Amino acid sequence: MNLARLSLAYLRAKPLNTALNLVLLALGVATIAFVLLATDQVEERMGRDARGIDLVAGAKGSPMQLILSAVFHLDAPTGNIPLAAAKELARNRAVKKAIPLALGDSYRGFRIVGTTHDYVAHYGGEPAAGRLWTEPMEAVLGAEAARATGLAVGGEFIGSHGIAEGGEEHGDRPYKVVGVLKPTGTVLDRLVLGSVESVWFVHTHPEKHDDPKAVLAALREDEQEITALLIQYASPIAAATLPRFVNSTGTMQAASPAFESARLFRMIGVGVDVLRAFALVLVAAAGLSIFIALYNAMEERRYDLAVMRMLGASPGKLMRLVLAEAVALALVGAAIGLVLGHLAAEVVGGMLSAEQQGAITGRTWRAEELWLVALAAGVGLVAGLVPAWRAYRTDISHTLAQA
Amino acid sequence: MIAVEGLSHRYGDRQVLALDAWRAAVGEHWLVLGASGSGKTTLLGVLGGLLRPTAGRVTVAGQDLAALSGPALDRFRGQHVGFVPQKLHLIPSLDVEANLVLAQYLAGLPQDHARAREVLGALGLAERRHARPAELSHGQAQRVAVARAVVNRPRLLLADEPTSNLDDANCAQAIELLESQARACGATLVVATHDQRVRARFEHRIEL
Repeated sequence: MNLARLSLAYLRAKPLNTALNLVLLALGVATIAFVLLATDQVEERMGRDARGIDLVAGAKGSPMQLILSAVFHLDAPTGNIPLAAAKELARNRAVKKAIPLALGDSYRGFRIVGTTHDYVAHYGGEPAAGRLWTEPMEAVLGAEAARATGLAVGGEFIGSHGIAEGGEEHGDRPYKVVGVLKPTGTVLDRLVLGSVESVWFVHTHPEKHDDPKAVLAALREDEQEITALLIQYASPIAAATLPRFVNSTGTMQAASPAFESARLFRMIGVGVDVLRAFALVLVAAAGLSIFIALYNAMEERRYDLAVMRMLGASPGKLMRLVLAEAVALALVGAAIGLVLGHLAAEVVGGMLSAEQQGAITGRTWRAEELWLVALAAGVGLVAGLVPAWRAYRTDISHTLAQA
Repeated sequence: MIAVEGLSHRYGDRQVLALDAWRAAVGEHWLVLGASGSGKTTLLGVLGGLLRPTAGRVTVAGQDLAALSGPALDRFRGQHVGFVPQKLHLIPSLDVEANLVLAQYLAGLPQDHARAREVLGALGLAERRHARPAELSHGQAQRVAVARAVVNRPRLLLADEPTSNLDDANCAQAIELLESQARACGATLVVATHDQRVRARFEHRIEL
C-alpha cells in the first residue's frame, strides 16, 4: 500500500471517467507532438537541402516555384535559360560556385537531373556502389531512388517526359546505371543524376542508332539550355549586387532559397499555429475535465478522506494523494499522447514519402516533448489543486458523524 | 488511561459538550450514554484527537493531547486509537484486506499482511478478505470495521453507536465483539450510544 497504489485503486474504480480524461489529454498532447515533429523535420530537411545555396538563377516566373523546383525538387520548373547566359553568370566575380541543373524528365516519379559532379559533392554524396557518371547516358541513383525502383549498377531504364509519372517515354534512349549513392538525408537521395548532356541528348529528335557524342557535337549553341544555376556567393556583398544583376539580364530571374522558404513557412505557419492552438484547447479541456472529475470525486470521497484522517493520515498526506492521482492521470495521458503523436507522424510520413515529399518520421524525439510532459503534469497539478485543498481542509469529526 | 478535566466544546455559540471530570483506567470498558445531540460523538472525537476542544485538558495514555502538533496528533491517533464509526466508512475501492493494510500504512506502521489476516481470521472473515465492501452484509462490514480499528493494536478503542439498527441478538453480538477485541489487545474500550439495551452490560458508565 502506498499513495500510488491507492490513487490507482481510485482511478480503476471509475474506469469511464478515467478513460475520458485520458483520451482528452492524449489527443491534445498527440496533436501538439505531431505538429512539433512534422514542422521541425520539414524545416530541418528544407534547411539541409538549401544549405550552401545562396541564390538560384532560372527562367522568369514565380521565384517560389523556381526554388521549389530547383532546390527542393517539388514543383515543376519555370522554364529554361540559355547555357551561354548561365556560363557568363558563373564567371561573375561575385560567384564562388555555380552548379547547373537540367530538369524535365523523371523515372517512376524520381526526377532525372542533368548536372555536374559538384552537385553530388555539394550534398556530401559518394557512391555506395559503382562510380559517378563520365559519359552521356550514364546515370547515378540516389539511395532512396535506387531502393524504390530496385535499379542497381548495370541496370538500364528509360526516362519519361515530365516530372510526374505517366509522361511520354523517351523510348529508344535508355540510361545505364553506373552508380548508386549512399544515403545523405538530403534531396539527393530522391534524385536520378547524370550529365547535362544526357538530358540534351534525350530531347533531340532521334535518328536510329545514333551515337550520343555525334548528336551532341552537332547541337547548336542556341539549343544548349539548362533549367537553373545554383549559386554560392563569393562574399556577403554579393547578396546586394548579384540578384539585381541577374534580374537585369532579361532572360533570367534570381531567387533566394532562404527568403522563399521563410515566405513559405510564414504561409504554412498560419495553419500550423491554428493546429497548435487547437491542441492547446484540447489540453485545457482535458485539464478542466480532470478538475471536474476530481472535484466530484472528492465530494463522493469526503467520507473516505475523513476515514483516512481517522486512521492517522495527516492533511498533507491526503493532499499529496489527490495531487498524485491528478498528476498520474495527466502523465499517463501524456505518455499515450506522445505515442499517438509519433505514430501519426510515422503514418503521415509514410504516406508523404509515397508522393516524393518524404522526410517525416515518428522514430525521432525532440527535446520539446519533455516540455509537453511537463505541461501535462502541470495541467494535472493545477486541476488537482482545488480538490486537494478541499481534502486538506476536511473537518473529520463532523464528516464522520454525517450519514 | 483517560483523564478529562473541565472539558467543553462549542460550535459557535452552541455548547455541544461539557464534562467536568472523568477518569478511566487501562483495560476498562466504558459506556457513554446520552440522547442524540448530547455530545457523545463529540466526546469520542476529542478523545481520539479528531477534534481539539474549546476548553479543558484531555490526557490519553499519559499524553496531553493539546501538547501534540497537528501531524504528531495524527500519528498518535493512527498508532494508539482505533475507531469504529457509526457509518463504518470502509473504503469502497479497496478490498477487505487492503482496508486493513491501509490502516497500517496511514498510521505510519510497517505493512503486515500476516497481522491483517490474523485479525480477519479471528473475526471469522478469512474467506472474505478479497471481497469489496459493497459485497459484504452489514454484519460482515461491521466486523471489518472492528478489524480495521484493532489491526494496529490500539490502546484506546472507540465505537460510535455500534448497535443502532441491530436487532437484540445482533446487538449483544456486536458489543461482545468489541469487548473481546478490546481485551485481545489490552485496549481501553469506550462505546457511545443512546441504546438502553446495552446499559446493563457495562459496569462503567457516564451520562452526558
